[in-house]
Amino acid sequence: MSTPDPSHVPDHDSVYDGLLGGDDSHWAFGTDFEDPLAGVDTTVPDGVDHRDLATYCLMLGDDALVLSQRLSQWCSNAPDLEEDIALANIALDLLGQARLLLARAAAADPTVVPALPEGSPAPPEDALAFFRDDRDFRNVRLVESDNGDFAVTMARLLLFSTWRLALFQRLTDSRDHVLSAVAAKGVKEMTYHRDYAARWFLTLARGTEESRRRLVSGLSATWPLRAELFSAHDVEVRVARAGVGVDPSTVADEVDVLLEQVFASSGIDRPEVAPLAGVQRRTGRDGLHTEAFSLLLAELQVVARAHPMGTW
Amino acid sequence: MRATATLARSLPSARAVAASVTDPEMPMLTLEDLGVLRGVEVAEGGRVVVTITPTYSGCPAMATMRDDLVHRLQDAGFAHVDVRVSLHPAWSSDWISPRGRQALADHGLSAPGPASRHDGPIPLSFLPTRRSLVCPRCGSDDVDLTSEFGSTACKALYRCTGCLEPFEHVKEI
Repeated sequence: MSTPDPSHVPDHDSVYDGLLGGDDSHWAFGTDFEDPLAGVDTTVPDGVDHRDLATYCLMLGDDALVLSQRLSQWCSNAPDLEEDIALANIALDLLGQARLLLARAAAADPTVVPALPEGSPAPPEDALAFFRDDRDFRNVRLVESDNGDFAVTMARLLLFSTWRLALFQRLTDSRDHVLSAVAAKGVKEMTYHRDYAARWFLTLARGTEESRRRLVSGLSATWPLRAELFSAHDVEVRVARAGVGVDPSTVADEVDVLLEQVFASSGIDRPEVAPLAGVQRRTGRDGLHTEAFSLLLAELQVVARAHPMGTW
Repeated sequence: MRATATLARSLPSARAVAASVTDPEMPMLTLEDLGVLRGVEVAEGGRVVVTITPTYSGCPAMATMRDDLVHRLQDAGFAHVDVRVSLHPAWSSDWISPRGRQALADHGLSAPGPASRHDGPIPLSFLPTRRSLVCPRCGSDDVDLTSEFGSTACKALYRCTGCLEPFEHVKEI
């Protein structure tokens, strides 16, 4: 360390310049993210429709992206610091899964990626996350609904992570090497997510009268969105048949057994609430979303859309 | 300078440089000790191809690791460096080397035990994960899990009821 000669102080654009130590790629101030699938074989397996595979990856990727965004809204608002950190960690795992899945969608069929101004540095997965309109998102509606209180968030996380863990366990056998690898990694991460949600479910149910009241109310608010997880979209049926995807209806029994276990331990009755109807049977997987989604998406996308040429 | 660069264009040298790059969040660990470094090859014309694997899907340290590998190898005279990602098999905390485990302990972090493996559905666990750990500061085995999630994706939070200090445990995955 030496004191700079005042006569040779270079012109600084930013007071932080000196922190870079001469390396302007320093990560803390942004780095140009490279392809998360660099060096990964992204050849589409024989007999698989490229558009179907891309759409399927968008479905699974959008589920993760949207729930990640929702969970991130707890940041600095959770009941205590440990829960704040836990929810941010879960959101980060899901964001990582989303990034890989959206990148895989773009590699399988580049036509799903929205067109950006010439020379925009946004990588395909960012273009998919930040520049698609609501109708092009394929996530289930369960992940987009408002966080509600902590009990609502835990009820949703339990339903989602129990379902997704069972689905990803089967997806590890996908003929698509990217999907099978993303799934194998996701299984390890989501085991922590599911157990976290189940423990909180039990704790709230067996806690105080107030915590139990909130949990019961949170579960019945979330339950109508559960059925959509298990109803197979045509694309899901086709990719399952082609050996690259999983028909979600095939995990329903396994998930039910696990949920019954949580309900029984918690002394909570399985809700009897009708599923939320679609519009002419079209739901989240078809791009039809609830009002809450528009607001979430606006918040997620506003900065990127204002600066399509921006580097982050 | 030219002689040094030519001399450096060899596989053992590239491997040694790549193996000495450290994790940005746990700088006491090299990428090799962490099990993230999966391979180093020198291709025709001296191009170095380094393969790494992410610890967690969303681990933000990956971009830094990639940058650090490129810069360190370039400083060592390798002009062309490709960093590739290997997603399969998924990283396991079992891949942290004995030297890495010792380095964690030396820096007040608790090293992971063996990761669990499952065939078939993964059983639900309502009780906090039971691990037989000792406090990395005082050695007491009287420790409490504070949270399964910590300051980075790979760590859980504990506190020692002996010395009352909190500490971090690298999770089994």
